[in-house]
Amino acid sequence: MLSFVIRRILQTIPTVLAVVLVIFVLFSVVPGSIMSSMSDDGRATDPQIAERMKKQLGLDDPVYIRFGSYIASLATGDFGTSFRTREPVTSMIAKRAWPTLQLIFAAMTFAIVIGVPLGFIAALRPGGIIDTISMVVAVSGLSMAKFWLGLLLMYLFALKLGWLPSFGYGDGGLRYLILPAATLGVSPMALLARTTRAAVLEIMTADFVRTARSKGMSETLVVKWHVMRNALVLILTTIGLQLGALMGQAVVVEKLFSWPGIGSLLVDSVLQRDIPAVQGSILVVVLFFLTINTVIDVLYAVIDPRIRYA
Amino acid sequence: MKFGTSLIIGGALFALAIFVGLLAPWLAHTDPVMDANLMNAEEPPSWTWWFGTDAQGRDIYSRVVHGARISLTVGIVSQLVNSVIGVTLGLTAGYWGGWWDDFVNGLTNLMLAIPSLIFALAIMAVLGSGLTSLLIALGLTNWSFTCRIARASTLSLKNQGYVQAARVLGYGDLRIMITQLLPNMLGPIIVIGTLGMGSAVLAEAALSFLGLGIRPPYPSWGSMLSEAREQITTAPWLSIFPGLAIFLTVLGLNLLGDGLRDILDPQSRSQRA
Repeated sequence: MLSFVIRRILQTIPTVLAVVLVIFVLFSVVPGSIMSSMSDDGRATDPQIAERMKKQLGLDDPVYIRFGSYIASLATGDFGTSFRTREPVTSMIAKRAWPTLQLIFAAMTFAIVIGVPLGFIAALRPGGIIDTISMVVAVSGLSMAKFWLGLLLMYLFALKLGWLPSFGYGDGGLRYLILPAATLGVSPMALLARTTRAAVLEIMTADFVRTARSKGMSETLVVKWHVMRNALVLILTTIGLQLGALMGQAVVVEKLFSWPGIGSLLVDSVLQRDIPAVQGSILVVVLFFLTINTVIDVLYAVIDPRIRYA
Repeated sequence: MKFGTSLIIGGALFALAIFVGLLAPWLAHTDPVMDANLMNAEEPPSWTWWFGTDAQGRDIYSRVVHGARISLTVGIVSQLVNSVIGVTLGLTAGYWGGWWDDFVNGLTNLMLAIPSLIFALAIMAVLGSGLTSLLIALGLTNWSFTCRIARASTLSLKNQGYVQAARVLGYGDLRIMITQLLPNMLGPIIVIGTLGMGSAVLAEAALSFLGLGIRPPYPSWGSMLSEAREQITTAPWLSIFPGLAIFLTVLGLNLLGDGLRDILDPQSRSQRA
């Protein structure tokens, strides 16, 4: 098991390095991207200032030296200094990591608690009224723009009914978390409902389920011992993929609800062309995404030993 | 849902969106940008103003109708670019194999490691906002699934008898790929493309909502929702209609994709039934 975990972690290293290279190339080698972004907002319009800044930022060094020093500073946890606030990007990200994690895990909990039972019930009575309603909800959930749903929820629950705060982090309590988490959780909920339904339907017709039934096993036990356990691998795959994807989708929801997470830091930094903060935020998002994928792969191996030896 | 129902409903919704986009200048009541009149500001929906008016007194119905042009252009063009990149890389990687296949596989894994909206944001950060940047950002970031499907199809098709026959007849690699392999993998590519178009419409709306896509006063559904956020307390109808337009268009594309999959890949239908 340990060797599987180590092998899986080692496999992510080339991807991380490739992502770092892409981010570096995008912002540092694409003709004049840093300097043009600075001159756009008037910070480096004077050629002398531009020249001095180039030296300061090391932009006149050869590309490989710049890449080397970029990697070296990343290795020590230094993401550079924000153009906008002059604050180290690492500490900006650290301050915003917890709100983002809170939001993502709350959204996923919402998705699992509603989506998995919905898909399960739908599959047990295919073609029934619950099946039809749950699939309509699932298709609608996947087709809706999150920020639109968020706006509607904000209007109804915060402005009309006054039950929940409309935006902000407040004291970080549950009241502030509900609307953004429900908004973010709708599409993974829809996807989980569809995946669970498909997985359960497929397993219900498998040979081992037929054998269990023919042995006289009760339907409850068949579902509990055979269907649920086997559906778990596919459900877990969807949860893992969606958890990573939520990090990307959180950007819009955080901005809509003025949630002080990494997503809103990324958008603000892009809008103000704060390149070090953009690079740092993207890298953290990708690292989170890859970490989740690795953890999920290890969990598969725990649930299904066949994967370990594949 | 009955077989064929999603194809019909999805096709009808998408056809409606295309129809509205194509005939926007004739269907709109006013100019979506220029016809502002503060005397008509924030009028609720009525017989005169079907979808109401915004804070500048512009007709929301006309703006939603014109918004279809931008959203559909971005959705269709960016997905076409994605499909061309994905098919080209997947087809050549599967056919030639070797170092090129390893390279394309590595590139695909890299693309899958970066959430596409985040990648698009990064590209927009470098290129700045606007329609062209949007098309480039969304056209370059969502080809990995198409590539994987094209590669897998090529691997299963390239040893078929008719491909070997074409080789014996002296067909070149390019000719075999275009005339023998490509037509036989079009089914799944069209399905992925249709679903991807829906994702692109949503991504355009999200980026415009964040202020990085189409900038006001030009009417994109996402930028309209971004403006509507400020007036949600006084004029909630500003949020309803552009959002509904996005929802119906993407729903149409998703149902159309599902329906096409049922027809082009009957195996998936038996699994999902």
